[in-house]
Amino acid sequence: MAEKNATLKVFRGDAEGGGLQTYQVETYPGMVVLDAIHDIQAQQEPSLAVRWNCKAGRCGSCSAEINGKPRLMCMTRMTHYPEGEPITVTPMRSFPIIKDLVTDVSANFEMAKKIPPFAPRPREADGTHRMQQEDIDRIQEFRKCIECFLCQDVCHVIRDHKKTSFAGPRFLIYLAGLDMHPLDTLDRRQLAKDEFKVGLCNITKCCSEVCPESIRITDNGIIPLKERVADDFYDPVRWLVKKVAGGPQKKKATLPMFGDPLARASAATPVAKQGQRAGEEE
Amino acid sequence: MADVKYETHEHDVLVIGAGGAGLRAAIEASAEGASVGLVCKSLLGKAHTVMAEGGVAAALGYVEPRDNWKVHFRDTMKGGRYLNQWRMAQLHAMEAPDRVKELEEWGALFDRTADGRILQRNFGGHKYPRLAHVGDRTGLEMIRTLQQHGIHCGMQVYMECTVTRLLTDGERIRGAFGYWRENGRFVLFRAKSVVLATGGIGRAFRVNSNSWECTGDGQALAYLAGAALMDMEFMQFHPTGMVWPPSVRGTLITEGVRGEGGTLRNKDGKRIMFDYIPELYANETASTEEEADQWLRESTSGSASKAKRTPDLLPRDIVARAIHSEVKAGRGSPHGGVFLDIHSRRSAEDIKRKLPAMYHQFKELGDVDITAESMEVGPTAHYTMGGIRVDPETQESGIGGLFAAGECAAGMHGANRLGGNSLSDLLVFGRIAGLHAARYARTRSAPSPVDAGEIEEATREALAPFERAEGPNPFLLHDDLKDKMQTYVGIIRSEADLKTGLDHLERLKEASSRVKVDGNRHYNSAWHQAIDMRNMLVVSEAMARAALARKESRGGHAREDFPDMDAGHYSKVNITLRAGSGGMQVEETPHPDPPPEIQTILDEKE
Repeated sequence: MAEKNATLKVFRGDAEGGGLQTYQVETYPGMVVLDAIHDIQAQQEPSLAVRWNCKAGRCGSCSAEINGKPRLMCMTRMTHYPEGEPITVTPMRSFPIIKDLVTDVSANFEMAKKIPPFAPRPREADGTHRMQQEDIDRIQEFRKCIECFLCQDVCHVIRDHKKTSFAGPRFLIYLAGLDMHPLDTLDRRQLAKDEFKVGLCNITKCCSEVCPESIRITDNGIIPLKERVADDFYDPVRWLVKKVAGGPQKKKATLPMFGDPLARASAATPVAKQGQRAGEEE
Repeated sequence: MADVKYETHEHDVLVIGAGGAGLRAAIEASAEGASVGLVCKSLLGKAHTVMAEGGVAAALGYVEPRDNWKVHFRDTMKGGRYLNQWRMAQLHAMEAPDRVKELEEWGALFDRTADGRILQRNFGGHKYPRLAHVGDRTGLEMIRTLQQHGIHCGMQVYMECTVTRLLTDGERIRGAFGYWRENGRFVLFRAKSVVLATGGIGRAFRVNSNSWECTGDGQALAYLAGAALMDMEFMQFHPTGMVWPPSVRGTLITEGVRGEGGTLRNKDGKRIMFDYIPELYANETASTEEEADQWLRESTSGSASKAKRTPDLLPRDIVARAIHSEVKAGRGSPHGGVFLDIHSRRSAEDIKRKLPAMYHQFKELGDVDITAESMEVGPTAHYTMGGIRVDPETQESGIGGLFAAGECAAGMHGANRLGGNSLSDLLVFGRIAGLHAARYARTRSAPSPVDAGEIEEATREALAPFERAEGPNPFLLHDDLKDKMQTYVGIIRSEADLKTGLDHLERLKEASSRVKVDGNRHYNSAWHQAIDMRNMLVVSEAMARAALARKESRGGHAREDFPDMDAGHYSKVNITLRAGSGGMQVEETPHPDPPPEIQTILDEKE
């Protein structure tokens, strides 16, 4: 097999600035963009920063924008792009940059903490929880989520309007999944509306398009959640029933109270300045 | 060195590693009222547990009412060729069902039986359908469940933080020292007790199924702190990794493919496993295709089968060596594996529903449609049975207050692990380690003071690669290590090869001590790699030395110069390794025999 070369333009830099650097790599069968980044790292730029773990599309660590489109580098074949044309790899744009292709995604972990956890009903007398497969199929779809945060990256409410209070697609499907869980006893609809701002989503479905797990985030998760919230708050018949019957069956959830269970490097110490020499401390 | 700056955190219990075992330990210690710090090398929820596919083994008895802990215990000991620590295998089999039910309580959604209970599937070496699962993404479901439950338990999570040294006073743990990956700043953790849950060492091999994190950190940290390692010669090569294209060589294909009816064939289309049924498994394995197919048909449709099991589901060591032999005999597939065929056995719809990740993985990365074509598969370094030697009741190592759980601990799996037993292992022993670490912490009024000299030494070691004017590239050294381990300490070993391998390890250790890193400490991947190399070299040496010491073949350790399993001496000893004045010391320690009431369970015939 004849050896071929490919050209990559990779963002190098940090919060203070940077730009695209051009690299040549040798290609081989099956090669993905993450392989190319690793080859650059091993042979040309050992300090190139990239986040990755499994290289099999399971962990959702190697998210980036390839030719401007949010994708997992490990699941993007080099042959996906026209031969001879450079492939541009840049970090996710919606998150603060740390270095090169690595971004600060900690806001997502903060958001996760705000969502009141699953609260199951008691077990059956025989010690089991009984659920029918068809009743959990739709939640299992949401639980395929690998937390790559590409949906958060592409969501224009976050990307363009910088609404940091908006939970974003990843956490709206988490909320939807809890809402649909046959065993759960908490009603998080008020929170979905007031705290997590489900109303801000205007259903452009960009998130579903970039999801590497092909989760129908908008159709199967966000829209039903919006409907459930609307039913609860805006449907006059339900409002009357609730008034007469004395409220919903599920317990109303409130935001959990926390200290700071998720520490990060930058939360504890400032990020090292660009150009700071190894081994030096201020 | 000028006085070194670092930040300090203090906890009752520090858990190092945030895969399944670490998360479960942190949850348990938090529930005990301890202040818990959880350190992860990656972001939370990305640990290698996420890659587990087929399921978690627990004798719930929902699909096969005849199943119970005793059968599971017997299967586990037999799979481990009776070199397991019987007490760990017993605790594991007894407690696994409760640990799985507990996950359901925390929101996990396993696939269901027709009557709404947890569905269980067949797996290699398990007599009955035993693996609770979610399609072929069970590990993701488990880690996400533990993560979503754990963050509400009050623990402090330190993400993208690497520990480089454990601090002890020689007898007791004092804490740990490390750095933030993001900015390279140092961090000191003072703790009354520490749980290591850092996983395996797959990244030491060329063809492996592991993520970058699996560099043997816990084993190396414990060894360097004076603890003993055990059973390091037993490395599991999973029979079915992808072999083509090169980009994905080694990537795991779940045993669930065979659990759902997949069969292994050579280039002539012959089903290979009927030729490789060992004596130990002869009485429970089908000897004809008809009987194997009857068993598959009945057991995958959810009914109890009276037929014997298909040899495609023999334990992993046997299947991996069978594939190795077929390829060596020239009967392999075009790219040096054998064929795994599910398309002729199940409908396209079934395959996509039961094995969606496999379908996706082959379509996207291998250009193969598994509903219409066979997969090419071959062995891939997957799991370390060996690890830190621990007390079976508490998971405590030989160092006071230092505990270990999951893949980095030894003893549960003996010479070979059964599929599905790692996810149950990390739940059962993660909990036990977290519980006892919290109890130990209660006996201490405060973490022991840390020695300033020890910290200075740890920083000097970490920063040394920046100080050198020139030296080898850490990525290329790692590449070299992977080749040498694959060639000389791989699936089939010999004394000559192992000795050559040890010579290479000496050379690599020397080269690694001269490694040079450019740039600064700000998210510097080369620096991270240089630091991980030390751990991989320690653990690789332990594997090679233990493999040289065990002059027989058993489970995940196969010697071509000693091809048989020894019923005598080597069935009665475990190989242990610890740091001595002259380097790594290899010892044989007596293997504990089960008491009569446990032996009775092992001897029972059904």
